[in-house]
Amino acid sequence: MTLLAIEGLTGGYGGADILHGVDLRVEPGEMVVIIGPNGAGKSTLMKAAFGLVKIREGAVLFERRDITALRPDQIVRQGISYVPQEQNVFPSMTVEENLEMGAFIRNDDIRPQMDRIYTFFPRLAERRDQVAGSMSGGERQMLAMGRALMLEPKLLLLDEPTAGLSPIFIDQTFERIRKINEAGIGILMVEQNAKQALAVCDRGYVLTMGRNRVDDTGPNLLANKDVAEMFLGG
Amino acid sequence: MATDLLQLAIYGVVSGSILTLGAIGVSLIYGILRFAHFAHGDLMAVGAYFAFSLVAGLGFPLWASAPFAVAGTALVAVAIDQTVYRRLRRVSPIILLISSFGIAIALRSVVQLIWGPHNQVYASGIQLPWRVGDIVIKPDHVWIVLGAIVLVTALHLFLTRTKMGKAMRAMSDNMDLALVSGIPSERVIVVTWAVGGGMAAVAGIFLGMDTRLHPVMGWSLLLPVFAAAILGGIGRPYGAIAGGMVIGLAMEMSTVVIDPTYKPAVAFALMVLMLIVRPQGLFKGNP
Amino acid sequence: MELGGLLTYGVFFLTQAGIYAVLALGLNVQYGLTGQINIGVAGFFAVGAYTSAILTTATSSAHLGGFDLPFLVGIAGAMAASAIVAVGIGWVTMRLRSDYLAIATIGIAEIIRLAFKNEEWLTNGVRGIPGIPRPFVETLGADPLISLGVVLGFILLGYWMVERARRSPWGRVLRAIRENEDGVMAAGKNVARFRLQAFVFGSSLMGMAGGLYAHFLGFISPEAFMPLYGTFLVWVMLIAGGAGNNRGAVLGAFAIWMLWSATDSLTRELGAEYATQAGALRVLLIGVLLQVILIARPQGILPEHGRRKGSR
Repeated sequence: MTLLAIEGLTGGYGGADILHGVDLRVEPGEMVVIIGPNGAGKSTLMKAAFGLVKIREGAVLFERRDITALRPDQIVRQGISYVPQEQNVFPSMTVEENLEMGAFIRNDDIRPQMDRIYTFFPRLAERRDQVAGSMSGGERQMLAMGRALMLEPKLLLLDEPTAGLSPIFIDQTFERIRKINEAGIGILMVEQNAKQALAVCDRGYVLTMGRNRVDDTGPNLLANKDVAEMFLGG
Repeated sequence: MATDLLQLAIYGVVSGSILTLGAIGVSLIYGILRFAHFAHGDLMAVGAYFAFSLVAGLGFPLWASAPFAVAGTALVAVAIDQTVYRRLRRVSPIILLISSFGIAIALRSVVQLIWGPHNQVYASGIQLPWRVGDIVIKPDHVWIVLGAIVLVTALHLFLTRTKMGKAMRAMSDNMDLALVSGIPSERVIVVTWAVGGGMAAVAGIFLGMDTRLHPVMGWSLLLPVFAAAILGGIGRPYGAIAGGMVIGLAMEMSTVVIDPTYKPAVAFALMVLMLIVRPQGLFKGNP
Repeated sequence: MELGGLLTYGVFFLTQAGIYAVLALGLNVQYGLTGQINIGVAGFFAVGAYTSAILTTATSSAHLGGFDLPFLVGIAGAMAASAIVAVGIGWVTMRLRSDYLAIATIGIAEIIRLAFKNEEWLTNGVRGIPGIPRPFVETLGADPLISLGVVLGFILLGYWMVERARRSPWGRVLRAIRENEDGVMAAGKNVARFRLQAFVFGSSLMGMAGGLYAHFLGFISPEAFMPLYGTFLVWVMLIAGGAGNNRGAVLGAFAIWMLWSATDSLTRELGAEYATQAGALRVLLIGVLLQVILIARPQGILPEHGRRKGSR
């Protein structure tokens, strides 16, 4: 059963449409990346899956259920978590409180999942009582992902998870995303570091001017001459 | 002279306690709804008069009427939010502010309609004060300060130990992230009004104990309350405690040098000074 | 009421409404064009009223002056004094969010009220200043119609000034600041200075209204202003008429003043023993009316030109 299916999606933020009939799908356990030039509508497409965009035409299906009209707080309950690109932590709250807020809608014991996240991100365990606003960009990115994972989602949406990070952190972040994916969580991410992203993903979508341009497996896209010329710096 | 100053400092702590309770509500509401709630002073008056009804009408002791007044005022605050503010939230914070100005006027009219325009007191007669050397301490003053300490502690525990309290802090920190985390914003907003309204009621009752009840009692306190909130960094409830104490002390101590009528001007001057020197407040607020 | 009485009342009514119209025009410069919130309208109004009273009354031992100057000098002084107060308060708050200005104006209005009440050397305290001459009384006589004519003349003057300002490039910058402050700043304009200019302009109109009021009543005292209710009524007038639209501001002033006066005669029917309740009920009704307008028709009777319905 397809995890996420976006079909013929047209919409934007209330003004002119940004997306024009875009299709996209993510299979269970798959890692999918959206690349494209600035202003192509990459982030918008991902936000559309999370109820953050005004959809005029088309549909968003999650496990074949229509979630097109749902609000973000309802979509979270379906099993999708979203990590925004910026301002993705609660700065005046501690690491532990941030994780707790990620699990707000859970009423069961969240301790085991929190321990799993601390094992996965040992750095967060060290800093569990530190206020998020005082942490480095890389640490905040970990916390943001940790918060999103607290719900044990089936699909994780990542908006440019490596933006603004130093090269070492970029590699680490991709490595972590791959590990999260190996645990069976579907991943849909938008990335500027197209080369590295395509290297780790299963499939990729190239978006230009709010329309599908190419979609293929990661290796095929990496080998595609047009794509290489457009986004991969030749 | 030293005793005089100490005496004034005691009054300052008392009025600082009252201001703190008001400023915390203003700060919480600002942090979550991003607007300056101008009806907060009149909400305090409503709380004070609720308690007065129970005291004068049903013969309750004041301490026993307080919980009912708190619950009643919290209910009024939530009701106003649900009937008026909720419909204006998506428009803009400026419209909310103007609306709350109208609500302030309306609340005061209701108080006047129900309880009349005249001064009222909870208990007539003069309380026997305690004397410590040359210092005079009224029992009511002790209750006010103790009450404020208990409430502030309770609020601290609520904000740091409960899921709802943490959700309030989360929404104040980062509204968009709170929404995508699935925090139910409407429920948090309702709780915020209930907490802010309840604290306002206690502030109003304390003000009534300290002075008297009058339909304009709340509006007159609005300026110092906002001065306290801004001084502490608006949107930061913990800053409101420091802000309330500074403003309360400054207002009382200033009477050594200037006419007591101009106490509000002292609060105003401190606020303006803060806006010039450090607009984000003592503790970093959300300017 | 016989015809003569009705006429007298009509003139009285229109004059008062006219003074509110000038206030509403002043607030329209600040809120309607620029998006600034001034909750201290009554303060600027009082400064204008007292300034003109002190400038134009005969010399008195009870208060500062008077200086026995002509009416028009009094009005000019009223505008200047309100403008000076506005510069002081604006200088501090123009760089900050609009909520801070709103709180600061509450403070300044409160301090003005306290000062006028307590500084007897300046204002004769609660006893007030009597004997303020009617406009042009020496040349035209004391007919109330003259006062009405003068007030209507000042409405036209105020309307003309604000409308010209609104259509000018300066007015367009103000609206741009209201809609997109960052964009205007990026275009290299000094946002704070434009805001300050608008705030001072609006406040000076409020001072002008205060001066007119003093000359029209002939007597002012700190309690004569209904400080808060005055400010509140002006706000309801502007929102009801249509913020950003000058004709709307004038229309709103007359409409709401009519409503306010009508509720007054209604409550008079209730009798003297319910006078205070009736007064409170009137205010409550206007308070509820404001909420209904904000929710149901936020753009007012005459929406701002070029603004889509409900976009505010």
